[in-house]
Amino acid sequence: MEQKKKEKAVVYRQTQRATGVFDMWIETSIAKQAHPGQFISVYTQNQSALLPRPISVCETDKEKGRLRIVYRVAGTGTKEFSAYKSGHQIDVLGPLGNGFPLEEAKGKRVFFVGGGIGIPPMLELAKAISDAVSKDILLGYRNNELFLAEDLKKYGNVHIATEDGSVGTKGTVMDAIAANGLNADIIFACGPMPMLRAIKQYAKERDIPAYISLEERMACGVGACLGCVVKTKEIDHHSHVNNARICTDGPVYLAERVEI
Amino acid sequence: MINTKVNIAGVELKNPVMTASGTFGSGMEYAEFVDLNKLGAVVTKGVANVPWEGNPTPRVCETYGGMLNAIGLQNPGIDVFIRRDIPFLKQFDTKIIVNVCGRSAADYVEVVEKLSDQPVDLLEINVSCPNVKHGGIAFGQDPKCLSEITKEIKAKAKQPIIMKLSPNVTDITEMAKAAEEAGSDAVSLINTLTGMKIDIHKRTFVLANKTGGLSGPAIKPVAVRMVYQVANAVKIPIIGMGGIANAEDAVEFLLAGATGVAVGAMNFVNPYATVEVVDGIAEYMKTYGIEDLTEIIGSVK
Repeated sequence: MEQKKKEKAVVYRQTQRATGVFDMWIETSIAKQAHPGQFISVYTQNQSALLPRPISVCETDKEKGRLRIVYRVAGTGTKEFSAYKSGHQIDVLGPLGNGFPLEEAKGKRVFFVGGGIGIPPMLELAKAISDAVSKDILLGYRNNELFLAEDLKKYGNVHIATEDGSVGTKGTVMDAIAANGLNADIIFACGPMPMLRAIKQYAKERDIPAYISLEERMACGVGACLGCVVKTKEIDHHSHVNNARICTDGPVYLAERVEI
Repeated sequence: MINTKVNIAGVELKNPVMTASGTFGSGMEYAEFVDLNKLGAVVTKGVANVPWEGNPTPRVCETYGGMLNAIGLQNPGIDVFIRRDIPFLKQFDTKIIVNVCGRSAADYVEVVEKLSDQPVDLLEINVSCPNVKHGGIAFGQDPKCLSEITKEIKAKAKQPIIMKLSPNVTDITEMAKAAEEAGSDAVSLINTLTGMKIDIHKRTFVLANKTGGLSGPAIKPVAVRMVYQVANAVKIPIIGMGGIANAEDAVEFLLAGATGVAVGAMNFVNPYATVEVVDGIAEYMKTYGIEDLTEIIGSVK
């Protein structure tokens, strides 16, 4: 297993992609080790905002040692990050979490489903999976600010759903699956809880596996504080209760294993 | 040659630096970042007689200069703990302090008895968790109750006991005196301060438990003041904690009267914090020509 470490990273480039959505490439040794679906903890430089912000890995350039995060400004920490320019030093911790099981996609028809700020991890994942039979990428947005859609088109058939109907299917990613008459043997998903619940139900009805990436408020990010747990169907092997740590045992779970 | 050794209830620690219960698991997660052999002691997450599920999420949130938590003492129960966590910690040259929690006197006693033949150096008794109904807080906010539970546990414990005190009281020295009179071998303070955060956009509590325990640098001045007060009220050793981020913070607690110091929430911010405090204390001693660390304990009167 890769070694987690806290280190100084350097901002390579930052661009705004949509209202409140920023795209930052950083230079870090974590880039080489990170798997699709893992995340990093990013620290603020504001001593009154101490806890690290967990942000998913969007893409890596292993040769150049660069890692890309695409995040939404949600509070003081992410607002601070959004102002960083090239050359800025930031503290990061990672790689954290388990990541998606890539080997499960072999020879299968795959859905990659991303909703809102759950879209970024789908990029590194769709890029990494090359032995699937088909790759349908379903993206849910609020409106026509389609961040990362162009990047994802390189790695599969992109289908878009927007809440306001401005692009693609009006509604959710579930509506887009139906409207396009798509089918899959396995699903990888990240997005808001209502979307993940719908994916879990969809997968259950069709008896196919769905791997979903969860989010929760975290403190340590390394499995010590027990802040970020999810209810599990079975007793968890580590906690010995029906709780698993999202930061360590997750963030990716087989949907049927978790009570969401 | 400097001497950083301290003695707590007959147990000699190579240095005064330990981990605050609940912020370090049983050391497994942080062993990836720090050499546990360098720590004076590892204080484990609270363990009860049976597994506890803890509270619903969200269980943690950030606050100005600190954080709130309401984990609810999730733990795997003493049997798993003895099978898994103690053997893990035994691999390291550090003292083992097990934090014990319970909902009743019988719960505490059951855990303490199961630990009696274990290679554990000290027991820290959590009678002050603010996040669990009947999670001991009732024992920790009334001197009579604290005295009774201390006596019951002391009667059964094979290792020296440390009563962990709550700051959510009018006068913490009364609690410390009650613990000392009832036979506690040491006290640790402070546990978290009860707090609350409201999400003004959702118009609801941020934590599912509504209230949580405040920790981090925001509470340090309160903790230093309480350690100082308790040091002037009792003779038993004190383990001081509350917002320690670096060696300077730790030295403040030592000067105020703490024999041991624990790093808590700041482990989450800086996973190397514990070892940096160990190294920083040695630097401080060299800078000021202090040969024996015990010279400075409680030296600010």
